[in-house]
Amino acid sequence: MSNSPLTIAGRSFQSRLMLGTGKFASGDLMRDAIIASGTEIVTVALRRTDLSGQGDPFANILDFIPPNVLLLPNTSGAMNAEEAVRLARLAVAAGMPNWVKLEIHPDPRYLLPDPIETLKAAEILVKEGFIVLPYINADPVLARRLQDVGTATVMPLGSPIGSHQGLTTRRQIEIILTQATVPVVVDAGIGAPSHAAEAFEIGADAVLVNTAIAIASDPARMATAFKAACEAGRAAYEIGLTEATSEATATSPLTTFLYQ
Amino acid sequence: MPDLQTGFIPALDALPSRKSPLMERFAALLDPKSPSQLEAMARESRAITRRNFGRTMRLFAPLYVSNECVNNCQYCGFSRDNPILRTTLTIDQVITEARHLVAQGFRNILLVAGEHPRFVSDGYLEACIRAIRSFVPTIGIEVGPMEAPEYQRMVEAGAEGLVVYQETYDRDVYAVMHTAGPKKDFDWRLACPERGYLGGFRRIGIGALFGLSDWRLEALRLAAHLEHLYKHCWKATFTVAFPRLRPAAGGFHPLTDFPDHALVQTLAAFRLTFPEVGIVMSTREPAAFRDAVAPLGVTIMSAGSHTEPGGYTGAGSDDLHLTVKGRRVELDDKPDQARAEGQFGIADERSPATVADRLRSLGLDPVWKDWDPSILAA
Repeated sequence: MSNSPLTIAGRSFQSRLMLGTGKFASGDLMRDAIIASGTEIVTVALRRTDLSGQGDPFANILDFIPPNVLLLPNTSGAMNAEEAVRLARLAVAAGMPNWVKLEIHPDPRYLLPDPIETLKAAEILVKEGFIVLPYINADPVLARRLQDVGTATVMPLGSPIGSHQGLTTRRQIEIILTQATVPVVVDAGIGAPSHAAEAFEIGADAVLVNTAIAIASDPARMATAFKAACEAGRAAYEIGLTEATSEATATSPLTTFLYQ
Repeated sequence: MPDLQTGFIPALDALPSRKSPLMERFAALLDPKSPSQLEAMARESRAITRRNFGRTMRLFAPLYVSNECVNNCQYCGFSRDNPILRTTLTIDQVITEARHLVAQGFRNILLVAGEHPRFVSDGYLEACIRAIRSFVPTIGIEVGPMEAPEYQRMVEAGAEGLVVYQETYDRDVYAVMHTAGPKKDFDWRLACPERGYLGGFRRIGIGALFGLSDWRLEALRLAAHLEHLYKHCWKATFTVAFPRLRPAAGGFHPLTDFPDHALVQTLAAFRLTFPEVGIVMSTREPAAFRDAVAPLGVTIMSAGSHTEPGGYTGAGSDDLHLTVKGRRVELDDKPDQARAEGQFGIADERSPATVADRLRSLGLDPVWKDWDPSILAA
């Protein structure tokens, strides 16, 4: 039996693995990794694309994205709500989907998202009809505020972008998961397939991976490894993992006398 | 907001005896290393760079708009007392040069000029920026220091990056090197990055010219400056550069050694200390060295550069003149094929396409466009 599909804003996806498109050694390697991963959603930084509509051959990253995957433009580079909103509008004007991965990180050093500006931008973009997937720190209250304004998902970070530290925010993500009314996508910091599996085992609806695949010596093969880990983690979650326990189950139970 | 009154001065003047914990670690990385220790540093530097920047290399080109200058800097070809052929490009000529670079692939252009208020006014620079902003996604400037409100005008015109090198962080050497002009004021130059940040620049490049002072001390002071700026200008992206002196008009010779192994050690020490900092390597370095260090931590490279105004297309060659005491002096007879004097000779003369191909063969994706002006456009 296969895993249940992922549904975001009424659209259904078989794959629960999203891919980022930065940091690859070439467009061809990126395309091969996208195909191998089985992903149906890839995100692209708008600042690296040609927004003029003139087909700039020196900014042609979109040419390497297979046509059957959903292009999720992201607003990386924006430092405040106004800039992010402007980028999202331009993406639609340039013929891209009205789905947007809302990323506002004014601190270029750790690329941590600005919660205040993200909430502001989300409100505006949702009202304008965008399908908004906001990248946030693993803040359960912010996640609730965003789903209240109508975002399609929340995307808490596992750890800082590119850090490969895994789910250092796991306890916070678990709170977000218990409260979520929209899909929760764990984004950033996933450096190994085991991290992705862990996210699914605790109930994440999807994960987004970029650096770990992009900088691997064989990106397509690493993408395959992540695909398998995502499917395994999700399957385990759907089947129901048995809780780990620190003690062996007693062969001579201590409370059977109560029922004798 | 940064404190422009004292800024980095107290911390700088306390070096090298008083260091932050981070600078203690940085200084230790600069201690003499065995070849195997240096190899380990280089490997770690490469791994950190890949995590933060991936297998990519940003490319840019300098566009020199003027070689007029009021300063005398002993190492620089543009020094006012050098009897060199000078010109300042007209706005149309700037457009011609920029279009040439865009046709080569560049989407990130650094406008460079000597410091001369008469020939290179802030109004002129603003006009240059406005003239190319419609077809150049990323524009930076490397020009004489300005006040924050002037920087703000440059940002409003469409510039997004500011480059200003301190040249040397050694006050004594600085005083000997800079004998005339406003550049004599060390502290005024030192606070440029903060003024640029207040003016709204998002990308700020700092650096020192290596070959003027002891390289370990120079690198330590540069690193401390970066540490200071990260704290006080938290929304800016920073780059550092370690340019080595190149032959230039005036015939200056480096005062200190900065051999290849020292440059590699410096580069790795910066990467290990500042995983997120952009590291620039220009065409001052020869092709073989650039290829060798490209994967080790460098994130931004120029290619096919010219350091003379009009260098790409010959623009401005009909206007060549001397400048004596701030006044234009016409040439009695202009030599055929004459070009304006460059700031320094470049060492890697490969074309941008050749450099891009070489990067690909090294497993690095050349990234031409990494910014869109519409992010800022009101």
